[in-house]
Amino acid sequence: MGSFLKRRFIKRQAVVTAFIFTLLLFVPILSHLIASAPDTINASAAFAAEKKEAVESPAAKKEEKSKVEYPPAPKLKEKDYPRIKSMNSRISVWILAQIHLFFAAFVLAVPIFVLVIEGVGKATGDERYDHMAHEFIKVSMTAFSLTATSGGILVFMLIAFYPDFMKYLASVFGSVMIIYAMLFLAESIFLYIYYYGWDNMRYGFRKWVHLTLGLMLNVSGMTIMVLGNSLATFMMAPSGVDASGVFTGHVWEAIRGPLWNALNLHRFIANIAYGGSVVGAYAAYKFLSAKSKEERAHYDWMGYTANIIAISALLPLPFAGYWLTAEIYAYSQTMGITLMGGAFAWLFITQAVLIGALFLSANYYLWCGMERIKGSERYTKYVKYIAAVIVICFLVWFTPHSLIKTPIEEKAIGTHHSLLGPLGLMPAKNSAVNIMILFTFLSFTLYKRSSKITTAAWAKSGVAAEIAIFAVGIVNIIALGIYSYMVTSNIKVGMSVPQVFTTLSIIIAISIIESRMFKNAKSTGDIEWGKMPARSQYALLLLAVSFTWLMGLMGYVRSAIRQHWHVNSIMRDSSPDAFTPTIGYAANVVSISTILFMLLVIFVFWLAQFAAKKQEA
Amino acid sequence: MQTFLKISIFAVIALLGYTLFANVGIPQVRPAPPPAEEETIGAMSMDQYIVLGKKIFEGKGTCTLCHNPVLGGRAPNLVNMHNTSEERLKDPRYKGKAKTGEEYLRESMMNPSAYVVAGFGKAWTNDTESPMPQISGPAVGLKPAEINAVIAHLQTKDGGKATVPLPTGADAAPAPAAAEAAAPPAPAKTAEEALGKYACGACHKIGAFAGAVGPDLTKIGAKRDESYLRRAILDPNADIAQGFPAGVMPQDFGNKMTAKELEMLVKFLKAQKG
Ligand code: HEC
Ligand code: HEC
Ligand code: HEM
Repeated sequence: MGSFLKRRFIKRQAVVTAFIFTLLLFVPILSHLIASAPDTINASAAFAAEKKEAVESPAAKKEEKSKVEYPPAPKLKEKDYPRIKSMNSRISVWILAQIHLFFAAFVLAVPIFVLVIEGVGKATGDERYDHMAHEFIKVSMTAFSLTATSGGILVFMLIAFYPDFMKYLASVFGSVMIIYAMLFLAESIFLYIYYYGWDNMRYGFRKWVHLTLGLMLNVSGMTIMVLGNSLATFMMAPSGVDASGVFTGHVWEAIRGPLWNALNLHRFIANIAYGGSVVGAYAAYKFLSAKSKEERAHYDWMGYTANIIAISALLPLPFAGYWLTAEIYAYSQTMGITLMGGAFAWLFITQAVLIGALFLSANYYLWCGMERIKGSERYTKYVKYIAAVIVICFLVWFTPHSLIKTPIEEKAIGTHHSLLGPLGLMPAKNSAVNIMILFTFLSFTLYKRSSKITTAAWAKSGVAAEIAIFAVGIVNIIALGIYSYMVTSNIKVGMSVPQVFTTLSIIIAISIIESRMFKNAKSTGDIEWGKMPARSQYALLLLAVSFTWLMGLMGYVRSAIRQHWHVNSIMRDSSPDAFTPTIGYAANVVSISTILFMLLVIFVFWLAQFAAKKQEA
Repeated sequence: MQTFLKISIFAVIALLGYTLFANVGIPQVRPAPPPAEEETIGAMSMDQYIVLGKKIFEGKGTCTLCHNPVLGGRAPNLVNMHNTSEERLKDPRYKGKAKTGEEYLRESMMNPSAYVVAGFGKAWTNDTESPMPQISGPAVGLKPAEINAVIAHLQTKDGGKATVPLPTGADAAPAPAAAEAAAPPAPAKTAEEALGKYACGACHKIGAFAGAVGPDLTKIGAKRDESYLRRAILDPNADIAQGFPAGVMPQDFGNKMTAKELEMLVKFLKAQKG
């Protein structure tokens, strides 16, 4: 009874909160109405006056009146930056922005796949999906309030440390900022109703309402993300302003900068992979501390699903990354070279280590997962070859190609690797990435096959076709890579396109053959969920830790290639922190942010558990 | 609880591993500090001007990011520019406004797309658009006097003659600097002043300067004795500091310095122990 009342209470609370939030949504609309009211009166007065004098058209007059004068970007001096004793402005803002992004990316990603899983549950009628979706969203509920809190602190810090910059940014993006805040309200409303209304809207027509709410939740979340991205891309590649930073008045031009869409796509995909990996870590923890067999089976399945989500998003990620880089080059060759060939060349070696860790742990988890499937013995013998290929690809990617910016850096880096030189060049790396992706896909295909025996009569030729496609594709990728060495660098960059195309074609073709071939397949027996070695769970953990850290590192480089500019080439950073830090320095800040983030997550789970215990008692 | 501890330790070890790799597994490249916002260029000799041009070319101008023979392929290598610049004007594709080699070089920087070296244009523009940034534009922001210094460097580095006018110091804030240049320069009173007078800081990290063409001199006193230092200034090519090119450091300090200035500098350098 008590708990029932409690639930009712929570529900009522949610409805009241939602109501207040909805009212708040009207604030900008109301303010606009109020502000334009005297204007309308004036305009009609002017209209009346003009009717007598017939001088100017009222429309022109009104337009002149509503024309705002935008300021140019200010030129700051060091003293324009408020200092707070014993606090470093840039590091404080950096850490908070990073923690905010960690939470935000997670909160953005989870509803995406929750909605998909819920939809799958609805389509298949399998209740387990619905349960799992519900549990996923529960994990993100607590993260949601921390997203808001960290965002709030971040904004205050930005205003405290960089008031002139924020003022300038508001002169261009003021309207976007307000819409952003309002959308956040909308998102919370949808999230609250979506979560608390889960059981209530479980069946029948109500389920459709619930799914629609989930869609709205995602729409508002996505809009928030792309609006936030527009600020970041404006700082890197400003648009919608003239050379001195005076805003043209068309906010859409400012939003739709040259890097915007590429960043949107890369972040969208990366967020899903990241969200999947964090949920996977949660499931791993639950699995390892599970007491009963059922519990273990449940969390094994949850971890498996989370890992599939993470891998599916991981596969296209390098392509999105290259697109983003290509757009950066197209916008400014100086910036592109700073990114890939200047002081940051070594950062991409670090990135390669991380991505290698991601691919290897995801694959390792799949290989362990074969143990729970009867019939997988047929395929386990291939694992060692796949592992070898992935490791070789990783090493090629990892091979440094030292690109040098200034004589000073030349000394610090040394010159090319004499022996491994060609392997360190872009074509080899592109080929390696593509092959690594294909072999991960192969792991996944074998995993899926483990539990099935095909009944298709043409299975033999099907497999032969698959092998042929795979082999020809790999040869094609390598040939394209070798050919790239013989052409000028302009064309070289273009060579990655057919490589990517090859990879995608192979994945699509084999997926189609597989699904046909195993359409009416015999099962080798049930998958024994929960029959999973503990070490596999550490692969899930490594996936999450690496992802979190990588995200911080890449966020750093995105920001750092602006160098000493707040807004590239328009507003200079004149603060003492304008220098570009070394990678080690950045790595330390990223590690601190990651640890703080993990502590917060643990704290939140601890709170949740604490509350749950209390409720039971 | 035990599980919790185990996975926490695992996560922290993974993080430590990455942090360690980023700190010691790769060389720590210290990116160039932000360029000074307003550098005033006082009056100077053509030799000093050329040195300044080289410094801008490798530093603030960001030119070596693309014009770098080690990397190749990104941009033309800028060799023999005193001749190349004249030849460009005769190219039938040339549609710019320059009449002399000097003007061509200036135009290349102020309006890179006026003439695009074949094969180096932006992709798909058929060499009508240059990927090179406008050097006087906000991103790099070189002043006219700085652009002239770079032109002087480009013209002379492979044996040509500099044709640019010397800076008058008109855009330098303190007027005395210009007046000083007309009269024979007064001897420096302190070592720090001598460093500024002979522009050692343009190439060396020393005192308040952060030049990077030559070796860092902030710890030189710990390594070298006074006679070595004296010789390094009077006859730079006698010993070449490891990893640095010969013939870059001016050879004529011996003719320009007073004995007192030389001794002050040597003492000052000897005292630099880090
Ligand atoms: C982002 C890369 C980039 C940067 C930075 C850059 N350039 Fe260039 N530069 C190019 C490219 C590409 C070309 C060839 C296309 C053209 O003619 O515009 C070029 C052409 C030139 C030319 C004409 C060469 C010829 O053979 O006619 C000169 C002179 C030149 N650059 C000087 C400079 C100087 C001086 C700087 C630094 C202040 C600089 N560049 C910075 C990319 C760059
Ligand atoms: C045009 C740039 C340039 C200027 C200006 C310049 N130097 Fe140098 N200097 C170099 C280079 C390059 C080297 C290293 C090659 C060599 O040893 O000649 C060097 C080497 C030295 C060394 C030897 C360092 C060692 O570790 O062996 C000393 C000492 C020195 N310079 C002092 C000075 C002083 C004092 C001035 C000003 C009076 C000055 N330099 C001006 C470029 C310059
Ligand atoms: C498997 C390959 C890749 C993974 C796992 C990956 C992962 C990530 C992640 C997690 C982020 C942070 C996203 C966010 O801000 O929410 C990111 C950002 C970024 N990535 Fe990638 N990436 C990959 C490939 C690439 C490649 C190949 C490049 C370029 C060569 C690249 C360039 C960037 C840049 C510049 C950013 C900064 C964007 C930002 O955070 O604002 N990425 N990447």
